Amino acid sequence: MNALDTALTGKSVSKLISGNHACALGAIAAGCRFFAGYPITPSSEIAERLARFLPEVDGVFVQMEDEIASIAAVIGASMGGTKAMTATSGPGFSLKQENIGYAAGAEIPCVIVNVMRGGPSTGMPTRPSQADLMQARWGSHGDYPIIALTPASVAEIYSETIRAFDLAERCRSPVVLLYDQVIAQLSETVTLGSTGGSNRTERKWMSGSRSTAKPYAADDDCIPAMARPGAGYRTHTTGLTHGEDGFPTQDPEAVTRNLSRLFSKLDRHRDAIDSWEALSCDDADVVIVAIGISARAATRAVELCRTQGLRVGLFRPITLWPFPEEALRRATAQARAVIVPEMNTGQLRLVVERVLGGTPVEGIHLFSGEAITPVDISTRAAALARRI
Amino acid sequence: MFIDSAPGFDIRDYLRLEMMPHFLCPGCGHGIALRALLWAVHDLGLDKDKLAVVSGIGCAGRLSAYIDANTFHVTHGRPLAYATGLALARPDLHVIVITGDGDCLAIGGNHLIHACRRNLKLTCLMLNNEIYGMTGGQVSPTTSETRLTTTTPLGNQEPRFDPCALAAAAGAGFVGREVTRHVPKLKELIKAGLEHPGFAFVEVLSDCTEIFGRKNDLGSSSEMIMRQKSEIRPSSYRDTLDSPFRPNDLPTGILAKNDRPEYGTTYRRAAALQAGASR
Repeated sequence: MNALDTALTGKSVSKLISGNHACALGAIAAGCRFFAGYPITPSSEIAERLARFLPEVDGVFVQMEDEIASIAAVIGASMGGTKAMTATSGPGFSLKQENIGYAAGAEIPCVIVNVMRGGPSTGMPTRPSQADLMQARWGSHGDYPIIALTPASVAEIYSETIRAFDLAERCRSPVVLLYDQVIAQLSETVTLGSTGGSNRTERKWMSGSRSTAKPYAADDDCIPAMARPGAGYRTHTTGLTHGEDGFPTQDPEAVTRNLSRLFSKLDRHRDAIDSWEALSCDDADVVIVAIGISARAATRAVELCRTQGLRVGLFRPITLWPFPEEALRRATAQARAVIVPEMNTGQLRLVVERVLGGTPVEGIHLFSGEAITPVDISTRAAALARRI
Repeated sequence: MFIDSAPGFDIRDYLRLEMMPHFLCPGCGHGIALRALLWAVHDLGLDKDKLAVVSGIGCAGRLSAYIDANTFHVTHGRPLAYATGLALARPDLHVIVITGDGDCLAIGGNHLIHACRRNLKLTCLMLNNEIYGMTGGQVSPTTSETRLTTTTPLGNQEPRFDPCALAAAAGAGFVGREVTRHVPKLKELIKAGLEHPGFAFVEVLSDCTEIFGRKNDLGSSSEMIMRQKSEIRPSSYRDTLDSPFRPNDLPTGILAKNDRPEYGTTYRRAAALQAGASR
């Protein structure tokens, strides 16, 4: 049985594959049947894999003329009711931002993979980075909520890709899958099919009479039912601010109500959205907060510190946005200091400082195109744990 | 009394009447183009439920909201890219793109040439009014030389695009141009575009009376429409493509046509072969 069959049937099998390969298989398992992309290092393997996989499952792969066209085609396919994804890296992620804002505002589900590489600008195409955390949250203009997931292993890329589709469909929101070049091209053993199968979240579709249907009126769950083209509703979708009827409006009350609902929508579904890992945090004097490959190094750093009898723990957001604020506060309740190792100049540290208020927060910031090592972190954590 | 020159066609059957009055200026040619499009849809008996209209930003982009179909008003310059995703994912839908000269040729120019090359079944209706009307009258890629706009106070120094020559050169399966003065001819051209199995590019020479016309002292809407007569000639494109570019000589009618295979069909056929071989 090949890996693609496994993703389709949900039967469990272990394979040695790269992170980008796992992403492509996760997408198929999640029900993704449309991919539009543009070649960019280090994400191109996702497109290359899906160019082969999608035709086998009655899906469509298309290489578009540029990054903007790719996200536009993905949103267009999703408007038609198909689960759709694109994948890119830094420069392409910048180019896609306007249309990611469209997907957020018009509430069109889609998944955008950003394999982070060194920046700014063309930067270091073959070197890892974690410098797009803020862009994932705030990259498009205007005020809008978004979901971003940060897997830390090849196995987690597989499972989080599946979760990204489930959340996108459930919340009618763009979901960004953020990981770095290291785990994108690292090969690890993954148990495929473990979270696959057919029991996936489906979008809420409009039903009932056309005369009373309002495409942006929501139930208590804050999620409006989408009108499937061809089902007879003939609704209008626009990037302009719109009322519950879907048509443009600048009525202050209608604009406020719709944007407020957009934010409430993610708040209402935090149980499904939130995901984190807390390792040895209960008694920790020092808590490390890290994501992705830096969290892998931090896991080892915790072990190194614990063997020295130092009480060091790790808090790892898997869902980065919305940020798991309450979980971080709980995990650091006993901590007297927090360390944030990250491959940027301090993006995650800024968030941690804001959430934790008075607790001292130190950063380990590496932006040389190299990954942070366990010893980089354990040395600082051990010194801090001995000092406080 | 409502007088209809097209027996059996009532435009109100295809409009969202609750959206009236529309926002177009008096004298704007876009309403005529919209009527011709809906008349063509009616003539072909297309099912409104299966009709998807994708439009960009600008005066032309706003037209989708008035059409009683599945309508998508997307980002500036990108309607062809959105429509590509929609048409590939949903080959059962009939997808029409409505765009303007700025939307289609400036910010969205890359998508146009690749849509022409790809030859996916889409009908692209480009309403050319020579100006960015909605933003107040800035120069566009089709503004005639020497014309005054808010951003060409010295008179436009750039030559204009010939969109149909561009589309034909990029390989579009169907290319045509018509003026709003000839509504039945425009309807027939759009109809032929809608019936074309691949990518169809239809340019409509519209007029912007309020902003472009006023700035250039071009007179009333009817005077502007009549002036187009001096710039157009019915012809095939072959002689134009083979001769030096003449920006003020605009042939109309069906200008290019080929029967290259439609992209969605060839993709699905190749996919079925691969899926069959691997099982």
